[in-house]
Formats: sequence, structure tokens, C-alpha cells
Amino acid sequence: MGAYAIKRIASAAVTLFVVATLTFFLMFLVPGGPFLSEKATTPQTLKALEQKYGLDQPVGVQYVNYMKRIVMGDLGTSLKMRGQEVNDIIGQRFPVSARLGAIAVLIAIAVGIPLGSVAALNRGKWLDNIIMFIATTGIAVPSFVVATTLMFTFGVKLHILPTYGLSSPMHYVLPVMALAFYPTAYISRLMRSSMLDVLGQDYMRTARAKGISQFKSLFKHALRNAVLPVITYMGPMLAYILTGSFVVEKIFTIPGLGSQFISSITDRDYPLIMGTTIFLAFLLITMNVIVDIAYKIIDPRIKLK
Amino acid sequence: MSKILLDIQDLRLSFFTPAGEVKALNDVSIRMNEGDVLGIVGESGSGKSVTAYSIMGLTAHPGRIIGGTIDFNGHRIDRMTEKEMRKIRGNEVSIIFQDPMTSLNPVYTIGDQIREVLFLHTNLDKKQAQHRATELLKLVGLNDPEKRLKQYPHELSGGMRQRVMIAIALACEPKLLIADEPTTALDVTIQAQIMELMIELKKKLNMSIIMITHDLGIVASMCRKIVVMYAGKVVEKGTVEEIFYNPKHEYTKGLLKSIPKLNATEREKLVPIPGTPVDMLNPPPGCPFAPRCEKCMKICIRSMPEFTQISDTHASACWLLQKEAAQALKGGNSIGK
Ligand SMILES: Nc1ncnc2c1ncn2[C@@H]1O[C@H](COP(=O)(O)OP(=O)(O)OP(=O)(O)O)[C@@H](O)[C@H]1O
Ligand code: SF4
Ligand SMILES: [Mg+2]
Repeated sequence: MGAYAIKRIASAAVTLFVVATLTFFLMFLVPGGPFLSEKATTPQTLKALEQKYGLDQPVGVQYVNYMKRIVMGDLGTSLKMRGQEVNDIIGQRFPVSARLGAIAVLIAIAVGIPLGSVAALNRGKWLDNIIMFIATTGIAVPSFVVATTLMFTFGVKLHILPTYGLSSPMHYVLPVMALAFYPTAYISRLMRSSMLDVLGQDYMRTARAKGISQFKSLFKHALRNAVLPVITYMGPMLAYILTGSFVVEKIFTIPGLGSQFISSITDRDYPLIMGTTIFLAFLLITMNVIVDIAYKIIDPRIKLK
Repeated sequence: MSKILLDIQDLRLSFFTPAGEVKALNDVSIRMNEGDVLGIVGESGSGKSVTAYSIMGLTAHPGRIIGGTIDFNGHRIDRMTEKEMRKIRGNEVSIIFQDPMTSLNPVYTIGDQIREVLFLHTNLDKKQAQHRATELLKLVGLNDPEKRLKQYPHELSGGMRQRVMIAIALACEPKLLIADEPTTALDVTIQAQIMELMIELKKKLNMSIIMITHDLGIVASMCRKIVVMYAGKVVEKGTVEEIFYNPKHEYTKGLLKSIPKLNATEREKLVPIPGTPVDMLNPPPGCPFAPRCEKCMKICIRSMPEFTQISDTHASACWLLQKEAAQALKGGNSIGK
């Protein structure tokens, strides 16, 4: 366990270093700059601004300075929202995205697992066919289509749900649905196939031979085994929710980290882009560790390496 | 005479598959007394497992009992509801399956899986169940039982897992233990150890056992009575001596002949008799063994032979045993191949 922790922390540090370095140099390759869109930028003011933020120095020097600061946990100051620390911006924006994402993940799990199990238990019957039809659609349709369709149907046509911001619980309904649609569909399919596999296993026959009711053997013996592939999928799913939220937050005008990230890219707000990228990378690494540990708890055969 | 424990009468069981009705059991009758150790032998697909599962009320979908009766320990198994069956399974009758590697649930400890059956059928509290589980592991010859109870199946070898399966089966002291090829999936040395354990347990617990196997050596060393099955039918039944020294059915004879010359170190395996097994979708009207039988006669193909009683305990369903048929054979009516 100790060796596992050390290994994971070391590999996380390396990953973060590579992500930070790559992003840093890639940004220099992208044309444009943070102050070009400013009104009445004279060459002199531009120069003064660049000097102030150290953008006139050689790339190498800028890189070293930046890396020094992030090691101390300081992601710098935004170039666009003057005077605001990147740390503070992320601190404000992330909880909004996280709440939305967490609800979507919970819904995907709470709906996908039972739906997939029900499909497996009704294999080949109409219920299975309907569930699998919906699930296949959910996987094939991209999130921006889902989001705009939901928005159009429930907001514009039916006028029953708000489509702008997150000011009340009702405001969460559409963006959460848009975010949860794909992972729910994916989990349903995953769950169906793994449940079918588990139901045919010898240990299920052993359970019945003991005199356990079918219902109980389903919950105690089948579910825990069948859910393992879903746990494995949690890592990629969290990544999906994070990136999916860029689109969904933009469409539903939600003040989250995703929409902020997109604006920071169009603004060429270098410290904010860097900061958000590093933060997201850190988040994904953490999630994967949590998924690993969860897997280990559910499946004793797994050794943490 | 001792009390009858299991009485299967004219059991017919079919699987209703998309390809048609697979007649897996055709008029199977098996009777056993309390304390009997009965061997069921027969080649793959002859219906041994299907018979065993039907006693447990565990016939797999799309299988259904379509005729006959199963009386076990005062219960009419064939008429019982699933709910009633659950009280009997694992309690009055238990089963050990062929493959111990996959028969235990990988995500629960050995202790969990033994205690589960105890909680289901007894009123033991946690502490008593723990004690009983330890006792059971000792009984099946596992060392360090306290540690084993906390281990997961993947931490145990195949032989150890089969011992655990036996412990689970014995947990509620069943009247009848069914062992469906309990050693087939194990290495030869482990096979011998498990068989020794079974023989020892049989003596110690004096319970009734049905031993399903391909291995005639096992039957000889353990069973008192034998049922020989072929293509979903019982073709011969008798005591071990009767079957081994005085086989009457042509299939049984072939089975015994196919044992390699007795060799003390090597377990005898059944070498298949030439010819293909019967198509269970369209079973022939006559003797199922006819297409492979060297002594096949016209009547064998036309109609099913009845059982001929050779002794109180020995019976066989072969036309050769019926007088008329024997005479017909003398008259040169044979179409033997
Ligand atoms: N689920 C099922 N669906 C259709 N047919 C089945 C099913 N289970 C068993 N059968 C049929 O029933 C027949 C008897 O099978 P059974 O498993 O009892 O054979 P067995 O004697 O135990 O063979 P083995 O020695 O290989 O275990 C076979 O012909 C098989 O095709
Ligand atoms: S009944 Fe006929 S075919 Fe069947 S075993 Fe006897 S002799 Fe052979
Ligand atoms: Mg079998």
C-alpha cells in the first residue's frame, strides 16, 4: 500500500510536469496574444503590458519562472480579468462544474446500472430491445446535439424548464440530462453485457444450490461482480463529464470551469489556460486513483500496483 | 430393508430449444435407500447432470419436467414450488459441482460463503456460525481454518476450493449429497486426495451420496450400487459386483472393455466406444444404443427394450435378455454390424 502511494504520487508528478510543459510551449505556437483585442492598443501600451507581465522575456526564462511558481502552488494572475488570481478563479468556477458533474455521474450510475441489469434479465424480450435502442442512440448522439435538442424541446417549445444559468434546482434539470445522457447509455450497455456474463457463471448456480432466492442471489452475488466493468469505466467517464461540460456549460450559459476554460483560450489568457489545464490533469489523476482503490475494495483479486 | 430416501419414477425431462425439443431424460427411474452410495456413470450428454439437477429442483431454462415423479425424503420434488424448494436445497440435499475454480464467488471470502448457507437454513448466531464454519473446514481437511475463512477463493488452490465446496455442501448435514464429477477438473494427485476425503466423509457421516463420474475406478472404490445411463435413459442398474462382473447391457460391456488394462497407479478413464452418440432431438424409437451395438437386431431398432430383472438388485434394458429375442438371434435374424 505504501509502495503504491509512492508510485502513484511520483507518476502524478511526472504527468503534471509533462502536461504543464507541453501546454506552455504549445501556447507559444498559437498565433495571437492576450492584449491584441484591447481597444486602442498602441504599440507602446502593448509593450508596457507585455513588460509588466514578463511576456517580453525569452521563452526559456518565462518557462523557468512559470514552473518555479507553480511548484509553489501559485498558478499566477489572469491577464484578462486583471488582478484576479488564477487560483481564485478556479476556486470560484470549479464548484459549479463539480456540482453539475457529480449529479450527472450519480444519475448515470443510478439509472444505468438498474437499466442494464433489467435488460440482461429480460434478454431478447421487448423491454431489453427498448432499453438497448435508447442506449445505442445515447452513445451515438454527441452531447451538443443532446443539449440543443433538450433545450429546444423543454425550453423553447414546451416552456417547462429554464435553459439559462443555474439559479434554481429546476435550472439543473436540462444541463444534468445533457451531461448524463451518454454515460447513462454507456453504463446500461456495459452493465447488460457484464450481467449476462455473470448470470451464466458457475457461482450463480452454487448460490441457487444453497437455497438462496433468485432475487437475493442477484443482489448479493451477481451485482457486485457485474458492476466491476462499470467501476473501470468511471475513470474515462469522469474525463468525459469534465470535457462534456465545456460544451454543455457553453450552451446553457453556466458559470462553470468548462465555459471559463473556453473563454480563456479565445482570450489567450495564458496563465488561466495553463492553470486550468494543470488543474484538470490533477483532477483526472486523483479520480483514477480513487477508481483504482474502489476497484480494489470491490474485487479482492486486484492488487494495487 | 432400510428406508427409501430417493425414488425417481419414469422421469421425463425435455429442453424446449429453438431447434426443437431435446429429450434429455426418457423414463428414468432410480431408487436409493438411506445410507446408499450410488454411482451414476455414462458418457457425456447421457443425462447424468440433468438428473442430478432435477433432484435439486434446479432444471435450467428452457428445460422442464414433462412426466414422472421425484420423491425425496418425503417431498414430491416435481410438484414443489420454487419457494418450497429453497428450504430443501443446501439443507436436505446439496450438490458439489465439477469445476471448483469457478464455483465460488470471487468477491466474497470463504467464510462469507460458508456462513451464508448456515444463516439460510439454521438459527445459528454469528459466533456459532463462525465456530461451525471452522469445524467444517477442519472436517474437509483444510489446515489453518481460521485463516482460510478470511481468504478469498483466488488465494486457494483448486483442490482446496473443492474442499471448501464440500464444506458448504455438508454445512447443514444434508440427507443426500450429490457429487457431479467432483474431481474431473482437478489434477490427478489432487483427484485422489479429494476422493479419499469423500470416502472418509462417507464413513464418518454415514450419509447418502450420489456420485456422478466418468471414472469407473471411483465407482468401484466408493459406490455400492451403480446406474448406467445412455442417451437420457437408464440402461442398466445393479450392485457394483453385478455391474463389474456380470454386465448385461451391451453398452455397459463396452464401457468395461474400454478400460485400459488395470494399472494400480493410473486412474482408468472411459475411452469412447466407436460411433456417434444419439441425436437427442430425434431419438430413435428403439434401443438408443442400437446404432453402435455390435449385436443389434431388427427389433432393437423398432422398439424399446423393457427392463429384464436379473436379480433383486440387477436389471437391464436389452432385447438380448428377452427370451424371444435370444431365440430370434439363434435363428440368424441378426443384422449385427
Ligand atoms: N440448457 C440446456 N439446453 C438444452 N439442452 C440441454 C441443456 N442442458 C443439458 N441439455 C441436454 O441434456 C442432455 C444431457 O446433458 P447432461 O449435462 O445431463 O449430460 P451429462 O451426462 O452430465 O454429461 P457430462 O458428462 O458431459 O457432464 C445433453 O444432450 C444436453 O444436450
Ligand atoms: S437392445 Fe439391441 S441394440 Fe440395444 S444393447 Fe441390446 S442388443 Fe444392443
Ligand atoms: Mg454433467
